Amino acid sequence: MTDLTCHLLHLRLRNPVILASGVLGTSAALLRRAAEAGAGAVTAKSCGPVPRAGHPNPIAVDWGGGLINAVGLTNPGAEEEARLLAQARALLDPLGVPLIASVFDGSPAEFAQVARTVATARPHLIELNISCPNVHDEFGAPFAASARAAAEVTAAVKSAVDIPLTVKLAPNVPDIGRIAAAVVEAGADAITAVNTMPGLVIDAAAGRPVLSNRVGGISGPALKPIALRCVYEIAQAVHVPIIGTGGVLTGRDAAEMIMAGATAVGVGSAVWYRGVAALGEIAAELAAFMAAEGYATLEEMRGLAHR
Amino acid sequence: MMKGAGCKMQDAVAPDAHLHRVFTVAEVRVENARTRTLVLGGSLPARPGQFVMVWLPGVGEKPYSVAGAAPLTLLVADVGPFSHALHQLAPGDRVWVRGPLGQGFRLVAGRALLVGGGYGVAPLLFLARQVIAQGGAVEVCLGARTAEEVLLADEFAAAGAGVRITTEDGSGGAPGLVTTAVEAAIAGCRPDVVYACGPVPMLEAVDRLCVEHDLPCQLSWEAHIRCGLGLCGSCERPGTGWLVCRDGPVGPAGSGR
Repeated sequence: MTDLTCHLLHLRLRNPVILASGVLGTSAALLRRAAEAGAGAVTAKSCGPVPRAGHPNPIAVDWGGGLINAVGLTNPGAEEEARLLAQARALLDPLGVPLIASVFDGSPAEFAQVARTVATARPHLIELNISCPNVHDEFGAPFAASARAAAEVTAAVKSAVDIPLTVKLAPNVPDIGRIAAAVVEAGADAITAVNTMPGLVIDAAAGRPVLSNRVGGISGPALKPIALRCVYEIAQAVHVPIIGTGGVLTGRDAAEMIMAGATAVGVGSAVWYRGVAALGEIAAELAAFMAAEGYATLEEMRGLAHR
Repeated sequence: MMKGAGCKMQDAVAPDAHLHRVFTVAEVRVENARTRTLVLGGSLPARPGQFVMVWLPGVGEKPYSVAGAAPLTLLVADVGPFSHALHQLAPGDRVWVRGPLGQGFRLVAGRALLVGGGYGVAPLLFLARQVIAQGGAVEVCLGARTAEEVLLADEFAAAGAGVRITTEDGSGGAPGLVTTAVEAAIAGCRPDVVYACGPVPMLEAVDRLCVEHDLPCQLSWEAHIRCGLGLCGSCERPGTGWLVCRDGPVGPAGSGR
């Protein structure tokens, strides 16, 4: 009998599939829908201190090998987000599906203040989005580009809230294991890896970038091998749980992520390719894969690719 | 691998529905002072009720109902900077289109009542022609603020549909809201199905009328569509978890609640 139960820090998830931040996480009703579709946990869209409209269209397209997006951190601000998260918890608690909040801001102190505000809604976990690639003009290089900056943000938030933290890292760094080690040293309870990969899609007929922000974040199939390598290296550098995220479209992809060392698996772009039902389908496919290959638990697969 | 079982009617996406395709404007028809029809030089495998994202590089990207699939046709009201730019296009100019996207109307045999409010008429002539081609009968209620803003009435009549017009200022057809005409049409022609597209308050009113009269209805919702991929959440009907761009724009009775 295959057991998909996933132990992530203090949480017990019915399966390891977690709705990734930025997809469907903009309302309590959408978070519930993701849970009802079968997600083991759900992550809200990242929020900052004040409301943001985000970038003008086009903000996302499917370019063939994956998606590219630059939504621009659209969010209602931390106060409203806290209300949204409280509503979401009320809907999710009866389903037994944990809620992960996600926060961003421009400095360690501001990060801590946003985290304090959303913490009032008692999410089960707070994700620090230190790696959004699409707001460079306003916020400069992501904190995730530097081990020291990433650690400073983590330490500031750690001292501000009593909710466990997962720090979302960027794939486009020379040594992601070193950055993971720095944030764990600073108090990160878990790592989410990875955010989208910076990229550019040009329409040749138009002679212009497709996105209004010009550059964006690559996700979907093109991101999977990049994400696998990042998770693999992080698993060698630190011993905290990893939420492996990037290009997981099938149960087999999820198995690969766990074999690279992930404890749980983030799913985002698959919602475009397969609909919201992807969340439950990926979990079911993972169970079928495990049964066929003779794995009884996730622990038996975890990190297998390191041998 | 890409074929999902579907959750709340979400279909797996068509394999080539996602890339921008370049179309050349073949014809521009002036419908009224604020509205033009753009006929493009090419076709899309679209059903009535589906939409496309239209991109003008350097200007922006907005959703438009498919007003005709072969050739691809768009009804464009000049209501903002993007639609204003579309109004400047002449035959030979190019536009970029991704789609068709979303769920269209599902054709039901028998007598159809179509309800269009203002620019919401955009997908309905395309729908009326398909219903009539498949042997169905069509009655259409067109509502607008003024007679000048009633769109495509002659085209509906020429396609073989019965047409009822209402205007809020009484300058054309019967005075009042389109829902008054809808009640009369329901009593008169006893439709097998009601299809509606228009402003949200109109759709909510049609939804209520169809519940009262125990009529199946299909409602095409408008929303602030951004990604068009069912990911960003911008087009959710408030509080429902229902995404206009992916679950809709066409939904059943109660889809917007």
